[in-house]
Formats: sequence, structure tokens, C-alpha cells
Amino acid sequence: MRYLPKSDSERREMLEACGVTSPEELFSHLPEAVRLKRPLELAPGISEYEIVQYFRDRAAENANGYACFLGAGVYNHYRPVLVDTVVSRGEFLTSYTPYQAEIAQGTLTTIFEFQTMICQLTGMDVANASMYDGSTAVPEAAMMAGRATGRSRMLIARSVHPEYREVLHTYARHQGMPVEEFGYLADAGTIDLEDLDRKMDDLTAAVIVQSPNFFGIVDQVKAAAEIAHRRGALLVVLFTEAVSLGILEPPADADIVAGELQSFAISPSYGGPYAGIIATKEKLMRQMPGRLVGQTVDSRGNRAFCLTLSTREQHIRREKATSNICTNQALIALMATVFMTVYGKQGLRELAAQNLAKAHYLAGKLAPRFSGPFFNEFVVRLKGSPPDEVNKSLLKKKIIGGLPLARFYPELADCMLLCATEMSKRAEMDVVAQTLAATASGRVPAQEVTQ
Amino acid sequence: MYPENFRYTKEHEWVNVEGDTGTVGITDHAQHELGDIVYVDLPKVGAHVEQGKSIGSVESVKAVSDVYSPVSGEVTAINLALADTPEALNSDPHGAAWLIKVRLSAAAEVQSLMNAAEYEAYIGAEK
Amino acid sequence: MIRKVTPHLSQNEVLLFERSSPGKKAYQLPDLDVPAVDPADVLGAASVRTEIPGFPEVSEVEAIRHFTRLSTWNYAIDYGMYPLGSCTMKYNPRINELVARTEGLAWAHPYQPEPLAQGCMEVMARLEAALIEITGMDAVTLQPAAGAHGELTGILLIRAFLQKRGNPRKKILIPDSAHGTNPATAAIAGYTVENIPSSATGGLDLAALEKLVDRDVAALMVTNPNTLGVFEDNIMQAAEILHNKGAMLYMDGANMNALVGIARPGDFGVDVMHLNLHKTFSTPHGGGGPGAGPVAVKKALEPFLPVPRLKRAGKRWAYDYKRKNSIGRVKAFYGNFGVLVRALAYILAHGGPGLRNATVDAVLNAVYIRKHLEPYYELPYSQPNMHEVVFSDHRQTQAGIHTGDIAKRLIDYGFHPYTVSFPLIVHGALMIEPTETEGKRELDQFIDAMISIAKEVETDPQLVKTAPHGTRTSRVDEVTAARKPILRWKPA
Repeated sequence: MRYLPKSDSERREMLEACGVTSPEELFSHLPEAVRLKRPLELAPGISEYEIVQYFRDRAAENANGYACFLGAGVYNHYRPVLVDTVVSRGEFLTSYTPYQAEIAQGTLTTIFEFQTMICQLTGMDVANASMYDGSTAVPEAAMMAGRATGRSRMLIARSVHPEYREVLHTYARHQGMPVEEFGYLADAGTIDLEDLDRKMDDLTAAVIVQSPNFFGIVDQVKAAAEIAHRRGALLVVLFTEAVSLGILEPPADADIVAGELQSFAISPSYGGPYAGIIATKEKLMRQMPGRLVGQTVDSRGNRAFCLTLSTREQHIRREKATSNICTNQALIALMATVFMTVYGKQGLRELAAQNLAKAHYLAGKLAPRFSGPFFNEFVVRLKGSPPDEVNKSLLKKKIIGGLPLARFYPELADCMLLCATEMSKRAEMDVVAQTLAATASGRVPAQEVTQ
Repeated sequence: MYPENFRYTKEHEWVNVEGDTGTVGITDHAQHELGDIVYVDLPKVGAHVEQGKSIGSVESVKAVSDVYSPVSGEVTAINLALADTPEALNSDPHGAAWLIKVRLSAAAEVQSLMNAAEYEAYIGAEK
Repeated sequence: MIRKVTPHLSQNEVLLFERSSPGKKAYQLPDLDVPAVDPADVLGAASVRTEIPGFPEVSEVEAIRHFTRLSTWNYAIDYGMYPLGSCTMKYNPRINELVARTEGLAWAHPYQPEPLAQGCMEVMARLEAALIEITGMDAVTLQPAAGAHGELTGILLIRAFLQKRGNPRKKILIPDSAHGTNPATAAIAGYTVENIPSSATGGLDLAALEKLVDRDVAALMVTNPNTLGVFEDNIMQAAEILHNKGAMLYMDGANMNALVGIARPGDFGVDVMHLNLHKTFSTPHGGGGPGAGPVAVKKALEPFLPVPRLKRAGKRWAYDYKRKNSIGRVKAFYGNFGVLVRALAYILAHGGPGLRNATVDAVLNAVYIRKHLEPYYELPYSQPNMHEVVFSDHRQTQAGIHTGDIAKRLIDYGFHPYTVSFPLIVHGALMIEPTETEGKRELDQFIDAMISIAKEVETDPQLVKTAPHGTRTSRVDEVTAARKPILRWKPA
């Protein structure tokens, strides 16, 4: 087998050196009862070509050549060529966690740059070397707020990504961490500040909001901060669309910012792997979960980087650790770092501006359900045909429409969440607009719409 | 090496009682085991501490050790200098690098602790 | 005599921010085909940022040189062996990278309609089936993003099962030889941790277990083979003790590389376990992640698995969200799909017989190393080892040299260090796992290096104590990094 670099003669030499005559003897110490006495029922190994073919066949069973107007936490952005060039280098791809700083300065330096750029983007003082993804960053941020305040209750907005909220519930259930949700305004789509205020108390560790929120709307971060801080709670601000930070003012009032970097050249890849981040103010630094890279010097006085503040982590603190997390998404974070480098200060803004233009062009032809300001996603209410039906007609034109919201928000069952990015073409958006308009007017049944 | 007038715990803390105040620290043995100390986590002034219960921790790069109070009472002072120079714990653990001062609530507790000779014997026997 | 490496020139490189200069760009966006909008108009002026302060501006050439130069400062599997214990640093097959980038898979949106995601669902179903066969368990979830995440999922599953039965119980038993994620996980799942001391031979102490297992114990978390690389011979008896008291057996699958095709956890009493796809199944570490930590369970725990589950709907795959006993989601969407593709490609490449052969070679390599290093390094436990072996630095400490120093000197010989000071039950541990993808030549060079260092400890201990000497960066000051953390670049 091509991955096993031993010739038969070498294997024999080694077996002899080990004092055995056959490989089976290496396992003779195992109790009889535990041994598997038959071969694994898996097909024999196949060639490279056959492997490529297998996955090509699977890919062919997916959507191919469709324009996609889905957002909802995962975004279609162009991936600069340099990203894969860099991450495909064996020194990045096949290296280990940089515990041995002397031979991992490549990884450590890029993570330090990553941490810096995340701080610059989010307006926070310190950022970690990434969490698994945006959804798991939420309970981590909540636990952090719990440690920092000594309180346990969490208030989270319903306009936070529904699956992110689900993940928080899974974690919170077993930590004596009560989680309550507060609503959004039916007209603006922003958080219901009165509802938040009513539900707020002195036992609350954190108020958790997302901006732009799940509906794509830029939310009332400042007002939420006031309500939270007045009662001694922290404000956690989430984001799922990192490109929005190219143009939106970062949440300076947040105590913790957590979010998802998938937009930064990370393939949608059917849900993962992605990279989440947690960034915070200096005073909460030691409460952060996950790996941190710090600057130092080597014994010759040269600048160098190393993992630091490790005593927060599981391998030292064990059951008292700030988290159980071991992995950081280093390679994924590197993709984001290269993306941020390629676009840079001007490019990220220009990219965000293009997203804004595309989405507002499309929205201009439809009627957004909410009046609040939005970035590159918005909700439309469909009169005449249910969202699933509208999507069926769009599929016939090789367009994947927006996300029908019934599964997450029963009160918005007649709505869908549409996203347009710099990759959305005007012609495609025109078809979407026409199709939606036609079904809305009720003049043309959805099934008969042609182009 | 180990001041005669201090009392010592099995977890390698010391307390120096003067009147109704006890000054608390970690022993030379403790700092030696930890290596270069990088961070100290202390309770707040006004906090109530109990003999044998954790009051914070001392960290080196690769290890963290809980600090258990040798006495019960109210914290009246903490050594703020350690925030900037935690390394003082390595050089002067019995003097300048004291951790907290406690107004004792149960002075008799100190009798249950080891004296200098007993402590030296204890650490001699440990390894 | 150092044969594997020689020093050579490497390029210096500053940070991106130090290369940056206003107006330089590495991108070009196409012209807008729709009218531009004024951000202040649509978002409100207060919401629009003026700029991203300090964000770099470099050209494409500078960008590629920056990252390329940095990359040359890293060691990697592509350069040579990583003998890291319990990390299973095996070759990362390049075919995996290619297939993960297949367009229809890489660009699949997790919310695209199920009929248009059948390919992705088939990949996941196929992987689930393969992992079931390999582990001997009954059902698998692919949702957890990493090993520790899988551990948490597993413990939450145990909790849910016990809760349904009437009492979630309070404690998890964890051996003192366990990896730190185990107790950290137990704490997050709302359990207290009780340490179970290892036996005199470094393994599970049945007598101690018998005494500790009561109606408050939810589970025992074991790694098998354990962190000494030794198979827990009494695992089936341990399972019985636990099951008799209504408790469960969780297995940390980090060391599966010793078992694939040889023994199956489902056959020796394990109720729930996680796998590390970035260890046993060759997905790349990438400098620290991503990974994936699927969890495999026995039938009784299947109803509690995270939602959604894959199910057959006629000729197609569909998602089942109606699972009232599920513990919920542990992550958005379905799992680290891109990592799952790589793991499946690895399994397809090896096939059943191939996977077993890989295990055999993994064990052969570790035993070979043990035989050759035994005369020079103390072996604290004499049981037969499997895919890894643990020595202690006891002999070398006589000269004032510790495992950490030996590890640093190993770098001068062209290798990445082994795992230092773990497991904690061995004082001054040297934990070595070669994996099956090392050939005789690399192993011999490793052995020669370790023997040479053992001799240096006697003849020239200072050389070892101040290593590494041949690297671009010499020993870094971790103490100052922790005392005065600088976690980001700031302009002067």
C-alpha cells in the first residue's frame, strides 16, 4: 500500500529485531475475548483514480451550476487563489500544533497576525486563535461571561441564528445555566428592547445579540449594551457574516465578540470545517478559552512567538479549565488570514460595499419584510405562494432561492431569507425578482413561470 | 531557611501571626516545584477565607497550583506588587512576596499547623 | 553524528503590518453590474466605519512571499517524523485534499434542498457505516467538530440516557493517566470528576474501580490502549463492574490506531466512544486544526444522538429532525464535512485489509523503537506496548537533564520532539508514537538520534540542556510571554 513505506524485506528485518517471526505475534498479548476474529467488512482499497471518481459521482448528485441565494450563516464569497496556494504548502498543511515554538514559527507568526487582524476588525483588545465555529463560540462566550461575572443566567435574542441558539441550549442545560430568549420587533426586525429590559435582572451574566442578525439586519447593539451594563451583565455580540465588518462599525460596546469567519475564503463545504473567533477586552483576557499566541524573544534576543497563557487550558488545568477545547482551527484560520491579506484595508471595504449594492439592488425589486437597515441579507414576505413553491420554480431555472423561515420562525412561515453577495449576477437577481413578483401577484401560478 | 516563627501547611503555605493578623504566603519549596512564576490569582480585600479552602492560585508556564488558606478570617490586604512582578515569589517567597493578610477569626487554628522543624521534616520525607 | 539535517539559509520576514503601505493591493474586484449604494444612506451614518485601523495593505507578490517564507520556518510531516505520543501524526494523503475540493462538494451550502444534497448525504452515510464496522458499535454521529467536542457529546449522551432512566448521577471516574480534555469535558457536562489511580502496572485497577463505582457514578472514561500504549487487558471485566452498577463505559478513541481491524471497542464492552479523524484517519492537523470527533454508540444510546440524523426515505437520504430524546445540537449544520470527506477517502484507499495492515505496521514500528531504546532510557512499565511507548527520563535526571531538554536536542537531529511529560503517572515521560507511515530508514535515524543524545547526556550535558542549537529560532522565553502577554501587534 502506497502509504506504508516498508518493503517486505525491511518488515522482516524489523520483525526479527523485535524478536518475533510473524506480525501476529505482536498482538499475542491481547486477551482472546477482545480480538476481532474476522476481517473488517469493508471493500478492498481502491486506486487514486477510483477515489477521485467516487467523489466526482457524489458531487454530481448535488447542486451543480446553480446560482445560490442562500445565506443564513454560510455565505458564497469568492475565494482568492492565493488562499489554497498558501494552505496547500506541506509546512502549513501537515504541521502540528505549535507547542515546540522553535520549529513552528511559521504557524505561530500567522496566528499572531490573525489575532491582530481580528482585533482590528472587531474593535476588541485581544482575540484567540479560533474556536471550532461560530455556533460553538456562543456557549464558550456564555461560559466566559459566567466566569467573569460569577452569575449564571443568559439572555439571548431570538434574532440570533436559530442553530446557534440550539447549541447554547445543549451546553447550558447541564451547567446550571438558565437561558431565556427575548424577541424582535415585528416591523423593524431589530431586538425588542422593552422585552429585553423586562426580562433583565441582576442574575444575568450576559445579554447575547447578533449583528447583522439572522434576518440580515444591523441591530441595536448600543441600546442592548446599556440595558446589560446597567445591571452588571456583559454584552456578547455575535456575527455570522464577517464581510459585514468591512463596512459596519464594530461593536465597541461589546464585552465579548464572537462569530464565524466562513465568509473569509472558507468553502461552504456543506457545513464545515469553519473557524469561529472570540475576542474581548483586555480585562477578560484570562477568562478566554482556546489557544493564544503571544510575542516574546528567543535566547538570542530575536522576536519570536509562542503559545501562552496555557494554564487556562485543559491540558494543565484539567477540570478547572476555561474550556475543554484542545483544537483550534489553525488551517482554516490561515485561510481567513490570507483572505484578509489579499483584500486588505481597502479591499475588504470595497467587497463589503459590493455586497451592500447587490443585496439592495435585489431588495429594491422586492419588498423587504422588515424596515431595519440590512447588509447583504433580507427577509421577504411572499404573498400568493408559499416559499417552498416559489423555490421550486426557481430551481427549474437553476437558481437556489432563499431560506424558507417556517422551520425556524413559525410566525414568519410566509417568508424567506434571501442573500446576495459580490458573486450574485444582475441577470440572476432579475430572474429571482421576476419570479417572486409573479407569484406574489397571484397572476401566474408558480409552476408555469418560464424564462 | 524556614522562619521559626511561621507555621506551615501540608499544601506548602505559611502563615505569620502577629497579634490578630496573619500574613500568608507560599513556601520556598512550593515556588521551587512550580518553577518560574508568571501569574498570581488572589482574592479580593474583604473576602472571607476558611482554613483549608482554596483562595486562589499561583501559575508557572506549565503548571498551576491552588493556594489553600492556612487560617480563617477576613482578607485585609493583598500584595498588589505581585501583579506586576510575580517573579518575586521565586526570589523572596517568605518575605516581600507575601500573598494576603487576614484578620483571624479563629486564632487557635494555628496550633494545628506544623512548625518550621516539622515542615522541614515533612518536605524531606515527601521525595 | 547528525545525518538527517544540515543548516541552510532561510529568509527573514517581518509581520504583514510591518510590510504594509497605503495603496498597495493584492486584489481586484469586478466592476459592479448594479448601481452602487451609499452605505451611510442605507445603514445610517453612525453604523458605517471610517476604516479598519491598522489592517495591512500589501501587494500579491509580497503576500505570497510573506506566507511562503513563514512556512519555511515550520517542521511538518512532509519533512519527517513526528514521534508525538497519542497524536498519530501519520502521512496526510494528498488525494484527500483534491477530493475535498471537488466543486459540488466544496461549494455545497448546508441549507441547499435535500434533493440537491444527496451526494453529501451519501458521503456521510457511507462514512457512518464504515466507522460502525470499524468500532463494532451500533450508530454514529458525525456532528462533533473535534475530539474534545466528541467527548462532550459522548458524556452528554450518557447523561441523557441515565436521566431518562431516572437519575443522571453525579460523578465521572477518570484515570490519573488521562488526557486533560477528559476531566475538562466532564466538568462542562455538569459532572464532578473523581480520579481513579492506576494500578502498579500503570493500567486500570479493578479493585479500585470496584470500590469507587457506586450509584453516584455515571461513567468511567478510559483510553484503550491507555496513554502508556498498553492494552487494558481487564477492560471487559471493568465494563461488567460498571454495568452491574448501572454505570457506563466511555472510551476516548485517541489511540484507535492500535486497534483498527484488530479489536473493536463495541466488542469489549464500550457503550460510547469518540474517534479523532485527524489522528487515526489521516486528516491533516494543519498547524492545530481542523479535526473531527465522531461519536459511536451502542443501540441503547442511539435515541439520544444529536439532531438531525440521516434516514432513508425511499431511494434517497433525508434528515430526521423529529427526535424527541435527542440531546440537541452540539454544532450548527451536520459536522466538519470537509474533514469527513478526507477521512472517507482514507478509508476507501486502504479498504478493510489495508486498514488492518496499517495497524500492524503502526504497532511494529513502536515495538521496534522500544527494543532499540530500552538499553538507554528507562521503561517504567514492562507490559507489551502497542502503537506507542513511554519511557521516563529517570536515568538522565542523574545528570540534571530532563525529558524537555532531550526533546529540544532531538530537534537538532532533524526531528520534532516526542510528547513531553505526559502521561502524568510517569515522572519525566517521553511518549513516542511513530505511526505506520514511517519507514525503516526514518525510524533508524530517530533511534540513532535518541541513542546519541543519551550519550551526550553523559559526556556533554550542557549541550543538551541548552538545545536546540541548529534552529533559526533558539529556545523561546515562555516565562516572559506569560508574565507580560503581548497578544497582538500594535503600531510603535
